[in-house]
Order: sequence, then structure tokens, then C-alpha cells
Amino acid sequence: MTMKTSFAFALAGLALVVLALAPLVLPDYWTGVLLGMTGYVTLATAWALFSGPTRYVSLATVAFFGVGAYTVAVLNEVMPYPLVLLCAAGIGMTMALLVGLSTLRLAGVYFVIFTFGLAELVRQTVSWWEVNVTYTMGRYVFLPFEGRHIYWQLLVLAAVTLLISWAIGRSRIGLALKALGDDETVAAHAGVDVTRIKLLLFVISATIITLVGAIQAPRWTYIEPSIVFNPTVSFMTLIMALLGGAMRLWGPLVGAVPLFLLFEWLSVSFPDHFSIILGLLFILIVFVMPNGVLAKFDDLRKGNRA
Amino acid sequence: MTYSFAEAVGTARRLMTCATAAAVLATAGAPQLWAQDAAPVTIGYAISKSGPNAGGADMTVTPNYELWVEEVNAAGGLRMPDGSQRPIEVIAYDDRSSAEEVVRAVERLATQDEVDFILPPWGTGFNLAVAPLMAKFGYPHLAGAAVTDKASDFVKRWDSSFWFMGGSVDYVAAFTEILVAEREADRINDKIAMISVGDGFGIDLVKAARPSFEAAGFDISYDKTFPPETSDFSTMLSEASNSEADTFVAFSYPPHTFALTKQAKVASYSPPVFYLGVGAGFPVYPGIAGGSVEGVMSLGGIDPDNALNAAYRAKHEEVVGRAPDYWGSVLIYASLQMLAQTIERVGLDKEAVAQELSTGTFSTVLGEETRLENNQLRAINWVGQWQNGQFVAVSAEGGPGTKPVSLPKPAWE
Repeated sequence: MTMKTSFAFALAGLALVVLALAPLVLPDYWTGVLLGMTGYVTLATAWALFSGPTRYVSLATVAFFGVGAYTVAVLNEVMPYPLVLLCAAGIGMTMALLVGLSTLRLAGVYFVIFTFGLAELVRQTVSWWEVNVTYTMGRYVFLPFEGRHIYWQLLVLAAVTLLISWAIGRSRIGLALKALGDDETVAAHAGVDVTRIKLLLFVISATIITLVGAIQAPRWTYIEPSIVFNPTVSFMTLIMALLGGAMRLWGPLVGAVPLFLLFEWLSVSFPDHFSIILGLLFILIVFVMPNGVLAKFDDLRKGNRA
Repeated sequence: MTYSFAEAVGTARRLMTCATAAAVLATAGAPQLWAQDAAPVTIGYAISKSGPNAGGADMTVTPNYELWVEEVNAAGGLRMPDGSQRPIEVIAYDDRSSAEEVVRAVERLATQDEVDFILPPWGTGFNLAVAPLMAKFGYPHLAGAAVTDKASDFVKRWDSSFWFMGGSVDYVAAFTEILVAEREADRINDKIAMISVGDGFGIDLVKAARPSFEAAGFDISYDKTFPPETSDFSTMLSEASNSEADTFVAFSYPPHTFALTKQAKVASYSPPVFYLGVGAGFPVYPGIAGGSVEGVMSLGGIDPDNALNAAYRAKHEEVVGRAPDYWGSVLIYASLQMLAQTIERVGLDKEAVAQELSTGTFSTVLGEETRLENNQLRAINWVGQWQNGQFVAVSAEGGPGTKPVSLPKPAWE
């Protein structure tokens, strides 16, 4: 490990400790903000893990997120919580494998449409199952967690996700991914097992997303499909990762934190105009910095030097 | 993307309402309007102003919050135990129909804005989402727009929670009672055709209805659940018609309720008992259905002889610009009246307020002596029927506050 990386690790570790201690001094509301923010940082980073290098834009985030939350809702009374999380991860992984095996040969806009459909499909399947088989709509999650407990779990997951993202970026897989993102055909000819790598990434990313849903579920007490399969989650994740830059390790984080704070500020200050401002903002991001903030900064720096 | 478009249209439309509300609130916030310079009582709420829940919230909950605040402030403010009056100041957030938003908004109201009281959001799910927080921060939780059979369990779990809309079992039991009386009078046979929307409300009611109907000796000859996106009911209606049931029951949401009425008219399907879900108690229902809806039954209903209720409806129409619905609105408004009277008796101490709500007797639009049983409002009209252009509360024989049910339903005009 070079000096520079050790220093970066020390810094990140320090930031993690500070963040972990924050709920002890902050009022509940700010813990809630940190919780929401950490959730989206994890989602965006996990999303970028697969969609960044491969450039497969996935709108299936909420499909996995919702499955995670539902798993907790169904299992929280029959087994201990750590086991429930393990089950959620297992279910998310299996689902990602099945979906990945059958669809990762799709490319471009077909993949986008498919993933959007997947979220709807999962939601309808869960609804159908609840309506026709279990006869329950709406399940209760009574776990003794307060905001900060959920926040700490999310913080750990966020750190792990960033670590995975970092490790992949340095590994042979990372190199293969870079080739794959630039040109799939060339990568395949150069001996990269394209499908296997895409599948691996997709499964890792989906499992993390499932866990985010599972960890956040106890916060809502009551869960039904329309609550946990809210397509906004997919869109927010996407726009956050794109704003920061999906090709970089810290990109999704850099996008998620300011956007989340901005949304929060908007809903406090302009509760009645939120949707309008949000729409304008999306248009602005796409037009002004299509490659993300970090890339924009690089461009500006280069521009100054030239 | 039709969803976003519809949302944008909805937002534009709501902006108008919000402008009015803002004007109302601006006046409310201006202290020079009051003779006494009392510090305001802050009341906060998070409600779905956008997203899929906005329609329901805007029909049943938000207008009543605004009406109540305006009325109280026009009268000089909330009265305190010492006789002084303090105006209400409102802090309102949009939860954007997201469970995470509503939870955070309540945390914000409790720990950042430090409001004196928090009014509940719309819907069973969202009321449950905020219930643990309301209990944790010690706020009395007057869960208005939440239908649940588990209210007694929830009261045990959160002893400062109050439930104002009853549970599915209650609504179904009252309706079954009417059906049994009708069958004994030989006006209907013992077959029931039942359809339900595959979403929270529909499933909850149908789950209560199946055992209730069967225990009363009815045969559910047609039983079908449809997805919320359904708009064509012609097949279901003809199958229901073929099942030879005299009773047709649909636990539906407003879009289905309206579509079912229109399509039943087209198909000239007019069984003796025609019972629909949410939407049949909306004042706009006869207009949307295109003419007379005489005899159509649903949940809720009002007592047309109750002068207090009539005055409330007139005032609602005057201030909000449209009439309240015939089911939840009046219950929400009554819960606010109870809160105001509680504050007049015990002041702003949250624990004392919860205690008094639990045990006190109040004069509300529902009656001179409204009280809660085990933190639940039970004086609810369970079954309503359109009679002479009004959606009135009915029971088999009629009684205090209810009219006798009038069956069989006349044919469509």
C-alpha cells in the first residue's frame, strides 16, 4: 500500500468514526437526515458498481430494495434479526442471479426498459401472492430499533460497499470492466469473459441494494407493496450517481450527499413546489454536467491550465 | 412516464389551493389581528400534497385541518385553561407519499420545529409509520384517516394513540346485519357476488367480509380480486350478474367505484343491493355517475337530522369551496374539535392532553356527548345509502342517527 492510499484510508476511517458518533450528540431529526443520506450513498454506490463501468443503466434498484424490505416484514417475527438480514441478502442474490443470467445479454435501451419492467413485475408478483395466497395486505415490522440503530447499520454497509468498490477498481476484474465499458466486443476478443463479469457485478450490486431495503424497513413499521416498491427510489439513485459521476469511486457519494441535502432543504422551504424544482434540476444536471460533478471539475481544471 | 405527467398536472392544480391556504396562513400568522398579543400555539403536520396519496389526503384530511385552523383563529385562537386565547400557527410539510419522508418530517416537527402538537398524515400505512415516533416524543396521536382492526393492539403498544375510523370488521359486521334483515324479509336471496381491489383497503375488507357473510349463512357465489389498474369491469359485472346473487359488493377505490357505476348502468345491472367502496360517499359521486344514484350503498354516511353536522358541511363548503365527503371528513373534524376542547381544559401539556382525550366527554359535530372507548371512536356511521340526493347513514330498522335502509335499490334511470 502506498503512502497516499494509507493516508486516504486513515482519513476515511476518521470520517467513519466521526459519522458513527454523530447520533450521540445530534438531535433525532439530524440523525434521520444522516440515515436517509447514508441509505442513498449506499444505493448510489452499489448502483454505480455495476452500472458505472458497464454503462448498463438499471432502473431495477427499487425491485431489490423492496424485496429486502419485504423479507424483513415477512420474517421479522419468526427468526432473529441477523438471520433475517442474511435471508434478505440470500434472496436478493438469488434473484439477481436469475435475472442476470436471463437478461445481461440485452444491451442499451432494452436493458433500461427491462429493468424498469422488472421493478413493476416484482411488485405485482408480491401483491398477487399476498392477495391470493396469504390473504394479507400490509405487514408489520415491530423491531426495537430507533433511527440511530438503523443509521449505524447503514453506515457499516456504506463503508463495506465503498471498500468493495475500491477493491474491484484495483483488481483484474476492474481492468476487465474498464475494457468492457469502452467496447464490449473488443473486450470479449481480448479474452474477457464478458457475461461472467457482468453477472458478478450485477449480483454484488443487487445484494447490497437488497440489504439497504432490509435495514431501512423497521423504520416504517407498516409495509405494503406501494410503500416499498416506490419507483422514486430508482430514479433518485440514478440521478445521484449520475450527478457525482458513476465511473468514479467517490462519484456516487459526491452526488448523493448534496442532492439529498438539497431535497431536504427543498421539502422544508418549498413544500408545495418540490416537484417542479426537482424536475428543473434534473434537466439542468443532464444538460450542464452529463458526466457528473467530478468530471466537470476535472474539465474545469484542465481548461484553466490550457 | 404518465405518472410524472399526472403528478405535474396535480401539482399545478394544487398550487391554486396552496395559494389560498398560504393566504389563510399568512393572515393567521399576523399577530396584529388579535387583540391580545399572545404567543401562538404551533401545530405541525406532514401530509401527502403530491404523489399517489395526494387525492385521498386532499379529499378527507387537509381541507379539515385548514378549516379548523381558520375557524379557531377567526374566533380569537385556542382557549387556554386560564381563559386566555392563543392563535394557531401552522407548519405543514409535504411527505410526497413516501414513508421515509413522513417519518423524517415528523422527526423534524418534533425535534427541530418543536411544535406543540402534531396532526397525523393520511392513510393507515403512514399513520402506523409515524406512530412509534409520536409515542417516543410524547405527542398524542389522533390517527384520523386510518382504518384498522388492530386499533386495540395499537393502543396497548402506544397508549397516547387514538383511532377515529374503526376497522374493517366493524364496517362489514354492520353491513351483514342489514343483509340478514333483508333476507329475513324475503327481499334478497342468500347469494352474494363480491369483488375487491387487490390493495390495502380491498384486501383488508374482503378478509373481514368472507367469514362475516358465511357465518350469517350467505353463499359467496362470486368472489374476485382485481388489480388496482383495472378500468374495464364489464366481464366482472356480467359474471356477477350470472351468479344470480341479489347482493353485489365491491370493495373498491374511487376510480373503480366510478367506473363500476357507469358500467353497471350501461349493462343495466341493477341488483337489489349494490354496495361500493371508497368514492361512493364523495359529494361528486352522483355527478360522475351521471344522474340518480338512489339506493347505492357504501361505507360511512351522515345523519341528515343532525344540525351540527349540517352546519359543519355548510361551513366546509364556504371555506374550502367544496363539500366534505360523507365518511371520513366529519370524523377528522371531530377529532380536531376534541383536541381544542382538551387544550381548553388542561392546557398544552401533552401527557395531560392524552389523558383527557382518553377519558373526557366532548361536544363535537358528531353529537353533544362524544367520547372515546379504549382510545377509539366508536360512534361511527358504518353503512350509508344514497336516499333523495343525500348519502345518509342507515341501519336495518333505523334508529337514533340512522335511517331505515331502503331496499331493493330502484333500477338505474
